[in-house]
Amino acid sequence: MQSGEIKKNRIVTKGDILLLLLFVCAGAVLFILVHVTASSGAYVYIYEGGEVIEMLSLSEDGEFPIHTAAGNNTVTIKDGAVSVTEADCPDKICVKQGTIQNDKETIICLPHKLVVEVRKKQEGDKP
Amino acid sequence: MSQNKRIALRAALIALAMVLSYLESFFPIFIAVPGVKLGLANIVTLIALYKLGLKDTITITIGRILLTGILFQNLPMVLYSIAGAACSIAAMRLAMNIRKFSVTGVSILGGVFHNVGQVALAAVLLKSGNIFYYLSVLLVTGTIAGAFIGIFASALLAKVSLPDISDTEERKSSHKKKKNK
Repeated sequence: MQSGEIKKNRIVTKGDILLLLLFVCAGAVLFILVHVTASSGAYVYIYEGGEVIEMLSLSEDGEFPIHTAAGNNTVTIKDGAVSVTEADCPDKICVKQGTIQNDKETIICLPHKLVVEVRKKQEGDKP
Repeated sequence: MSQNKRIALRAALIALAMVLSYLESFFPIFIAVPGVKLGLANIVTLIALYKLGLKDTITITIGRILLTGILFQNLPMVLYSIAGAACSIAAMRLAMNIRKFSVTGVSILGGVFHNVGQVALAAVLLKSGNIFYYLSVLLVTGTIAGAFIGIFASALLAKVSLPDISDTEERKSSHKKKKNK
């Protein structure tokens, strides 16, 4: 604990600021790589604990009820974008995540182990 | 510090961390990404790390996670909390050895590694590698939340001196005893 005591009086050091900038830049670069360079997807894969339980097309609008072992979610496809519009999970974070339409984007519902993933191509069952 | 005082102090810090966790649930989550939060309970973790050491910090954190888990959460949420806390405490303890970082830097690393731990567990439980894309947002939010908590904790650490408080109490009580004699 000695090393911690040394800098006790200084609230922010140069090292802290460098660390902050490093992480914020790394996050921004990752975000740009993932979201800006992303191409739009065509299919919606729905996984429960890694297993594909439903495969939908992004071009067909509709509401799709999804049943998992832990609860129910409603997945809505509209104008080439997909969102989770209803869920009986406690936090509703999957609903708050809004709509996605690009390749490899995901909406996840942790309590239900549900992953809604947009994909460009129709392929194997592993995400 | 006597053994009884140490136990009482640990219990008080667990209670404080639980209250902070509970308080945090009232704040709305502004960004709709799972795992974005302020991490108020990390104030207690930081104070424990700096003032009591690693062993007590682990005791306090596990106590807090299990008790808030039983009261307000379900098993998966407890598992995510443990994954986050384990990574966070390990990173913070290691970062304390680096002299370039103050409490704020240590807290930033704690915030970021908390998110890394949770995303890693989510990737394992959901069997989806694409979940790591969330790290871009979580890196930034974890850093900002960690910096905020770190500044708050360093202000507290400068004001509050846990072992000293109990020492003065001991001195006072021994003083009284002398007077009584």
